[in-house]
Amino acid sequence: MSSPDTSARTAVAPEPPPPVTDDRPLHQRPEDGQLLAAKLVPLRRPGQWISALALLVLLAMFVHTLLTNKRFQWDVVGSYFLNGSIVNGLVLTLWLTAAVMATGYLLGIGVAVMRLSGNPVLRSVSFGFVWLVRSVPPLVQLLFWYELASLYPQLSLGIPFGHEFAMVRTAHLFSGILAAFVGLTLDVAAFASEIVRGGILSVEHGQTEAAEALGLGRARIFRRIVLPQAMPAIIPATGNLLIGMLKATSIVSVIAVQDLLYSSQLIYNQNYLIIPLLLVATLWYIILTTLLSIGQFFVERHYARGSRRGGSGGTGFWQLFRGNIPLFGASGANGAAGGRSGRELAGLS
Amino acid sequence: MSAVEQTQEPLVRIRGLRKSFGANLVLDGIDLDVREGEVTVLLGPSGSGKSTLLRSINHLEKPDAGFVEVGGEIIGYRHHGSRLHELGHRTITRQRAAVGMVFQQFNLFPHLTVLENIIEAPVAVRGLTRKSAAVQARELLERVGLDGRESAYPRQLSGGQQQRVAIARALAMEPRLLLFDEPTSALDPELVGEVLAVMRDLALSGMTMIVVTHEIGFAREVADSVVFLDGGRVIESGAPADVLDNPGHDRARAFLAAVL
Repeated sequence: MSSPDTSARTAVAPEPPPPVTDDRPLHQRPEDGQLLAAKLVPLRRPGQWISALALLVLLAMFVHTLLTNKRFQWDVVGSYFLNGSIVNGLVLTLWLTAAVMATGYLLGIGVAVMRLSGNPVLRSVSFGFVWLVRSVPPLVQLLFWYELASLYPQLSLGIPFGHEFAMVRTAHLFSGILAAFVGLTLDVAAFASEIVRGGILSVEHGQTEAAEALGLGRARIFRRIVLPQAMPAIIPATGNLLIGMLKATSIVSVIAVQDLLYSSQLIYNQNYLIIPLLLVATLWYIILTTLLSIGQFFVERHYARGSRRGGSGGTGFWQLFRGNIPLFGASGANGAAGGRSGRELAGLS
Repeated sequence: MSAVEQTQEPLVRIRGLRKSFGANLVLDGIDLDVREGEVTVLLGPSGSGKSTLLRSINHLEKPDAGFVEVGGEIIGYRHHGSRLHELGHRTITRQRAAVGMVFQQFNLFPHLTVLENIIEAPVAVRGLTRKSAAVQARELLERVGLDGRESAYPRQLSGGQQQRVAIARALAMEPRLLLFDEPTSALDPELVGEVLAVMRDLALSGMTMIVVTHEIGFAREVADSVVFLDGGRVIESGAPADVLDNPGHDRARAFLAAVL
C-alpha cells in the first residue's frame, strides 16, 4: 500500500496516547488554523494486534502439522486423487446434486405458489407437505424410500379406485439411486419452497398491481416481474442449500449408492488407508464448493441489476476476493479496491 | 366540453358503488359519469374513498354492490339474467389493458430499464414486436421529456422522472382512460411541476383522465369537472369554478380552506 497506509503504521509506535480530557481553560482554546493543520491520529487498538497474532500462530501450527505429520500420507492422497472409481463417484455426486436441485426447485416453486394461493385446500396441503418433510431427517426419508417395496410390493398406474393400466414391482423400480433421488428431491422441495416463498413475499405488492393494471397475465407477472425481483432474496439461501445438498448427497452411502464418499469407503475398506482416502473425498468437496461459491457470486451480480448494489459500477470478483482475504490482497497495487475488509486491516494499527 | 359530446353516452358510468373493508364502509353508493375526453379530479380528505373508487375502475378492488361501466362494458362482471357473474382472469386482464393507471409510488419495475418497463405490456398484451414497441416507447419518452434515458434503471432517475416514465408506460398500452392515484404526492415539491405539466399536455391532447390529487391549482386549471368525496359519498360535483370557489357543503368548505 502507498503512503497513507505507511503513515498509519508508523502511528503504531508505543508512545502514550494523548490525554483524552481537555482540562485547559476555555480562553486557551486552539486557533481554528491549528485544528485544521493538526494530523488525525486513529485510536490504537492493541487488542486487535494480540488477537490477530494469536490466530496467526494457531494458523501456522495447523499448516505445520498438515505438512509434517507423515500419517496424513499426502503421497497416497495424490495417487488416489484421480483414481477411476473416485472420479466415477465424483460424477455421480455431481449429477445427483444437479438432478435433485433442479427437480426439487421446480417442485418447490410449485409448493410456494400453492402456499401463497387463495385456495385454502392448496394452502393447507403445501403447508402439510413442508411440515412433514422438514420434520423427518433426510436419512430416515432415504431409508423409507429404499424400503418402499416392503410397504407397497407393487406400484400401478391407473384411475384412482378404478382401472389399472400398468403395474411394476417396486423392488425393481426403487433401486438405491432412485430412492436417493426421490428422498433428496422431496427434501429440497420443502426447503426450496420456503426460500422461494420468502423471496416472493419480499417483492412489494405494488409491483403486481402495476403489472395487473397494464393488463399482464398472471403467469407473465410471476415470471417477468415478481420472480426476477425475488431472486436477490432467493439466491444466497439457494447457494447455501446447493452447497449443503452437494455434501448431503454423501448420506446415500448408507443405501449403497456409489457417490464420492462411498467410493472412497469402498477403497479404504480394502486397503485400510482410511485417512488419505477421506482426505481425497474432502479435497474434492472443497474444490466443488469453491467453484459453486464463485458461480453464486456471478449469479448474484446478474440479479442485482437496477438495484443500488448492482449495476456496472459494482465490485468485481477479484475485488471481492481480495476484500475478504486482506492478508494476500491488501499488498496489491490497488489497495482501495480491497473494499471494507482491506481498509479494516489497514486500520489495524 | 362541446354540446355534441354532452349528448354522448359517458365513457365511464359508475352506479351505486359500495365497498367496505371489514366493518369500515369506504364507498357508500357512488354515482359518477365521466365523458370521453374529459378530465375529472377527485378531491376529498384522506379516507374519503377516492383511491378505492379509482382502484375499482380497473377492478383492483372488487365492489360489494353497484357496478362500473367503461365503454359500455361492465368491469369485472358479466350480466346474465338476474345475476352479475364474476369474469375470468383473462377477460379482466383484457379490460384492464384498456385502462391505464399511474400510482403514487410510481411502481416502475426496478429490475428493468426504462425502455423495458415501457415495452413489456405492449409486447406481451398487444402483440407488438419488440422493435415496433421500442419505436413507440421512444416517441412516448420524448413526449414526457425523457428522450435519451431509455437505458437507465428506475433507481437512477429522480422521482419526477420516474413518474413521467410511469405515465409513458401507461400510455404505451394506448388506453381509452387514464387513472392517476395521487401522482405527485410522493414527490419532492420542486419535482411536482414537471409531472403536472405532462398531465396538462395529456389533457389538452384529449385523453380521458380521472385524477385523485390534492393539487387544487391543477384541478382549477385543467379539470372539466371536480368531484368532492367525503365518507364514501359524493357530496359535491360540478365545474371547478363552482365546486372550488363556491362549495355548498360545509365539509367541502372546511377541506378547501385547509388545503388552499
